[in-house]
Amino acid sequence: MRTIPMKTPTSGNLGRRQLLLSAAAGLVAATLPAAPAQAITIGTARSLIDRLVSEINGVINSGRSEAAMLRDFESIFSRYADVAIIARSALGVAARSASSAQMSAFTTAFRGYVARKYGRRFREFSGGRIEVTGVGPVKSFYEVTSLAYLPGSSPFEVRWHVSDKSGRDLFFNLIIEGVNMLATERTEIGAMLDRRRGDIDALIADLRQAS
Amino acid sequence: MAAALAGCATAPPAAGISDPYEAQNRGAHAFNVGLDKAIVRPTATAYGTVVPGPVRTGVSNFASNLGEPGDFVNHVLQGQIEKAGQTFFRFAINSTLGIAGLFDPATSIGLPAARTDFGQTLHAWGVPEGAYLEVPVIGPSTERDFAGTVVDVLMNPTSMVLKGDEASTARGARIAARLGDRYRYSDLVDSILYESADSYAQARLLYLQNRRFQLGQQDESNAYDPYEDPDLR
Repeated sequence: MRTIPMKTPTSGNLGRRQLLLSAAAGLVAATLPAAPAQAITIGTARSLIDRLVSEINGVINSGRSEAAMLRDFESIFSRYADVAIIARSALGVAARSASSAQMSAFTTAFRGYVARKYGRRFREFSGGRIEVTGVGPVKSFYEVTSLAYLPGSSPFEVRWHVSDKSGRDLFFNLIIEGVNMLATERTEIGAMLDRRRGDIDALIADLRQAS
Repeated sequence: MAAALAGCATAPPAAGISDPYEAQNRGAHAFNVGLDKAIVRPTATAYGTVVPGPVRTGVSNFASNLGEPGDFVNHVLQGQIEKAGQTFFRFAINSTLGIAGLFDPATSIGLPAARTDFGQTLHAWGVPEGAYLEVPVIGPSTERDFAGTVVDVLMNPTSMVLKGDEASTARGARIAARLGDRYRYSDLVDSILYESADSYAQARLLYLQNRRFQLGQQDESNAYDPYEDPDLR
């Protein structure tokens, strides 16, 4: 954050400067997305993950086909995750050189890829359940902890990172027994992009193909 | 003494990835993937398909139980007296009521496994993680953890006691348990080894992050805030 130096305006230009400032403020307000009704709190972060986990538990015990479950997971992922920031983070610095059309196509392809990949992992939780166990602040976001209970194995920890910086409460990272989704996907997407010698369009095509 | 040792030093927090032996490690990784493809995966699939689930669980329990005395020693060396006690009673209960460890009644009465190893003991003594290593046959490790594995194998109390046929049975059970794990987690392992764009880099990241988690270290990437990352602007 840069700090703006404050100077006491002299009486002569005060009126015009104030006018300019308020006009600028009006412009900024008009271009900003609608402010969230309520800022994120420990309670709203937890309730987001409570609802998310209850939807996941419903899907993993629905007995539906793999294809149907993966569609359900993609829908859950779009509604509960800040897909745009997760996709941008996975692409890393390469996101800077992408056009907005490429970013948009990449984000859509990435959403399907992540939903299929992580949906398959969650599908292995069939017959089990996830339970939220706690929540606490980390830097400027909240971390919700949960335990996954699977038949025949000891419970393991799943952490969800929740922020409202997209304009509403959404999760942007998921950490299973210490293994971090953003770090994993930055490595994987980086490797996929290297294989395509930095060609983002080829990467997007690969992501659409990736099972 | 152990408590004093454990208390006297704290390993520095792990951060990032140190991989100065990447070229050699990638060679070992290629070997390990080849080994998995040619032998481990097909054998694990056969084992998982032919041997019924409850029998595999029994074999896996039996192998884990043989590891408890080593875990006990490591907990003591780390000054983890409560976990050492838990491990002692688990071994006593599962070796008797659990019929030589084939069953795990200890978990049902509130004494779950508290697995550990000499790498963790070294960590408790303040030894830093060191460079990342991928070791042929053994797989992902670090300089510290590989040293720990060598000590655990050479100093295993169970191997010191068991002789002849008993020792062979123990070895067989350990290998079968590893195959059982490979079968049980086959979708996950396959996705890392055969579906990743760079399976070496994925295995390295997964190992380091999960290991730091096991050791109770806070990995800095787990406090990463993409909204504040200047690289993403």
